[in-house]
Amino acid sequence: MGNDTLLALVVVTALAFDFTNGFHDTGNAMATSIATGALGPRTAVALSGALNLIGAFLSLSVAATIASGLVATNLVTLTVVFAGLAGGIIWNLLTWFLGIPSSSSHALIGGVVGSTIAAAGGHAVKWHGLLQKVIIPAGLSPVIAGLVAATGTWLVYRISRGVHPKARSHGFRIGQIGSASMVSLAHGTNDAQKTMGIITLALIANGSLHSGAKAPFWVILTCALAISLGTYMGGWRVIRTLGKGLVEIESPQGMAAESSSAAVILLSSHFGYSLSTTHVATGSILGTGVGKKGAEVRWNVAGRMAVAWLFTLPAAGLVGAGAYGLAHVIGGNAGIVVVLVLLLAVAGLIYVRSRRTAVSHENVNAEWTGSVAPPTEAPKEVAAV
Amino acid sequence: MNDWINLSALWQIVVVGLLAGAGLPALFAVGLRALSLPGAGGAAGTTRAGADDDDRVVGGSPLGLAVAVLCFAVVLAAVGWGIYLIVAAT
Repeated sequence: MGNDTLLALVVVTALAFDFTNGFHDTGNAMATSIATGALGPRTAVALSGALNLIGAFLSLSVAATIASGLVATNLVTLTVVFAGLAGGIIWNLLTWFLGIPSSSSHALIGGVVGSTIAAAGGHAVKWHGLLQKVIIPAGLSPVIAGLVAATGTWLVYRISRGVHPKARSHGFRIGQIGSASMVSLAHGTNDAQKTMGIITLALIANGSLHSGAKAPFWVILTCALAISLGTYMGGWRVIRTLGKGLVEIESPQGMAAESSSAAVILLSSHFGYSLSTTHVATGSILGTGVGKKGAEVRWNVAGRMAVAWLFTLPAAGLVGAGAYGLAHVIGGNAGIVVVLVLLLAVAGLIYVRSRRTAVSHENVNAEWTGSVAPPTEAPKEVAAV
Repeated sequence: MNDWINLSALWQIVVVGLLAGAGLPALFAVGLRALSLPGAGGAAGTTRAGADDDDRVVGGSPLGLAVAVLCFAVVLAAVGWGIYLIVAAT
């Protein structure tokens, strides 16, 4: 097995990560539209998938910075990238299973930083860059998004007070289609690029590209397709938590939340912050709950998410480091294969477990009863008895 | 400007974010309100007749319609301009 085989393996793993990134984040754009009925669940994921595809081609400015700004690229090998991706994928699947909208970007960055530390030590990590570009924006962005969404919600309800509630709800549902589309587009411009950056990094590490090269067209195309397909699959568990779990959302709130998310994501990427769309979307949804008088905000659900956010970087980092360590101890291509088999096994296990309490387009909007998976069987049994 | 937080970017994100992220939906709400204004003939009648399950958005006032079209046009133009900025930045 030569270097090219290893490279192909890394590229496929990166695309697999991109796929999980897509379905983990469908909810960021579409959860509120699905919750208010502005779009049917399957229409929503199809629209979001298509716009993610377009978005991935729109802008390529962030692509390579994601990894090169955070770790010393000359110390990165294919094995490091592979182990980092394994960490990102496992954390994404685990949080998806729990219905927690955690950041896919943090999972990826955490995984790569973890495996870099395991491979080359802490000095290979640009800690200043990590704090400045990832951790501080992650703390600020949900607050800003929340502030914007709360202001928007307050204004929207204040202005449309005289409109008949039914007509208002109808009007804002139409508006929501537009605002949700913008978030999907923004997600495509942001998140697809992160994987493009990683694959480019792998190509540079392998010597296939000279350092500082831009992402080749086939990388852009495959990443765009992977994230779009993932989005279309719909991460129903996360959609449910965002749309039903945090706040009971009406269409004016939904439009305010989506507008805030789209504005903050696009503005931040304009300034070169590739922040987490998940953190922004969650902040917006919480903000829209705060901005409407009498709306119930389930702070315990929000708290659970915040804890998951804090753990995302270190947890994905630990898995990434562990994956590198294992591959390194066994050594060579055999080590990579063992990690790959383990990765597939864990992914399969999580998938099988998720089937037991499946959330799909059919029950995504069921009443929130404190759990991700709606209790589908229990009420029927009670009725039968 | 400090070493950890780019303050100038931060306040711009907050201000422009408020204008676009909160201002545009607010403008959309203005448009919706204008659109739903009842027509000149029998103002009270149309709202009454609407009853509870009336979700018609168009009220029938010509002035309201004009204002609404203007509001929606501004919202669409702002969105289009935003997309243009993203594409142009590449």
